[in-house]
Amino acid sequence: MAKKLKEILVDNSNNLVHMWLEEVAEKQKDVTNSSISQDLFENTNREFVNIIFGSVEKESLTSDLDSFTERVINLGWPLSYLTDGLQLFKRVATEFLIEHDELEVSVPEVLRNVDELVNPIINQLVNEYSGSWENTVSLQRVALQELSAPLIPVMENITVMPLIGTIDTERAKFIMENLLDGVIKHHAEVVLIDITGVPVVDTMVAHHIIQAAEAVRLVGSTCILVGIRPEIAQTIVNLGIDLSKFPTKSSLRKGFTAALEMTNQMIVQTNSEEQTIEELIDSLDRSEQS
Amino acid sequence: MDFRTCVNIQKEWDIVGARQFGRDFSKKLGFGIVDQARIATAISELARNIYLYAGSGKICFDEVENVGSRGICIVSLDTGPGIKDISQVMEDGFSTSGGLGAGLPGVKRLMDEFDITSKEGEGTEIRVVKWVR
Repeated sequence: MAKKLKEILVDNSNNLVHMWLEEVAEKQKDVTNSSISQDLFENTNREFVNIIFGSVEKESLTSDLDSFTERVINLGWPLSYLTDGLQLFKRVATEFLIEHDELEVSVPEVLRNVDELVNPIINQLVNEYSGSWENTVSLQRVALQELSAPLIPVMENITVMPLIGTIDTERAKFIMENLLDGVIKHHAEVVLIDITGVPVVDTMVAHHIIQAAEAVRLVGSTCILVGIRPEIAQTIVNLGIDLSKFPTKSSLRKGFTAALEMTNQMIVQTNSEEQTIEELIDSLDRSEQS
Repeated sequence: MDFRTCVNIQKEWDIVGARQFGRDFSKKLGFGIVDQARIATAISELARNIYLYAGSGKICFDEVENVGSRGICIVSLDTGPGIKDISQVMEDGFSTSGGLGAGLPGVKRLMDEFDITSKEGEGTEIRVVKWVR
């Protein structure tokens, strides 16, 4: 019986395709926006319905389906485009079969058969689609982790860790590990932790920063907390968090100056031309005198 | 009380969502940058308490009005284990999780009004209000 139904569907594919295309155009009239050209849309629809028929005919999933899904995903079209299309196909096919005269099949039977034909395609599409998203999310997660706790050795003995964005438990752990690793690796005497880019400093974030600073102190270095914005300073005071155990500065610049002092270093401007000439004259004067 | 919006707290990242929403909401109500930071921090504390101690719950937001002034009302609701001794958790430096113990007393200082009700085994409700100055 299922075979017969399938044959009817395949034999009347032209009719069905026509009906489907009309339905889809009707349904997606207001969904499609100007960014998708009408041509592309119609071509994709046509290809989509051909692939559906291909799969129905063979009663197995074709590789065309995979490549088609991949393309739709790359175009950035929503999953609803595919699922809506298949739901419509189910409806069109069911209606067509029920209206087909020579059939002596009950309605539930028709419904069940159509379901059996179309559902594997829907499953395959949804799997493919969500798999692609999961992949994207996990890649972004890795990318985020790479960004999450960079350590920059700017000068001998001075290292900077700029923090940007929200700090959660996982990231806090990562920051601590990176910080300690870096301090040892770069022989840093002073580490500047810059929190300019941290939107909210609550007790958890403060707690992690205090712990990190304490750990840095244990390995023999000093931690300076920089980039404390005025509003963050006020919330820290309101919360009653004690950050007096290590030096803090408002900006990275001030922190860096402090770090230079602590490591007995200085940034000296190279002699300007004027000075060199003056020195030359001075030395000439001196040689004349002697 | 009928709340305009609630944010469910189940994962750690929901805290960020609640905070972001609270910040936007307070900005719309006309709070300054410092108060926005205070509100966001308070939400962060409340949401983290839900995440850490109750497992799941929600943070609800609403606008409140009092003679001539507007404010934001934030309610933290959970059905967790509840708090045994409220006066103890309101003390600075008390923590059962090895944290700083500044969370709830901190929230009280960050906001203008603070109400807490909790029943052991039934859950906790914390209601805080901040007025626009």
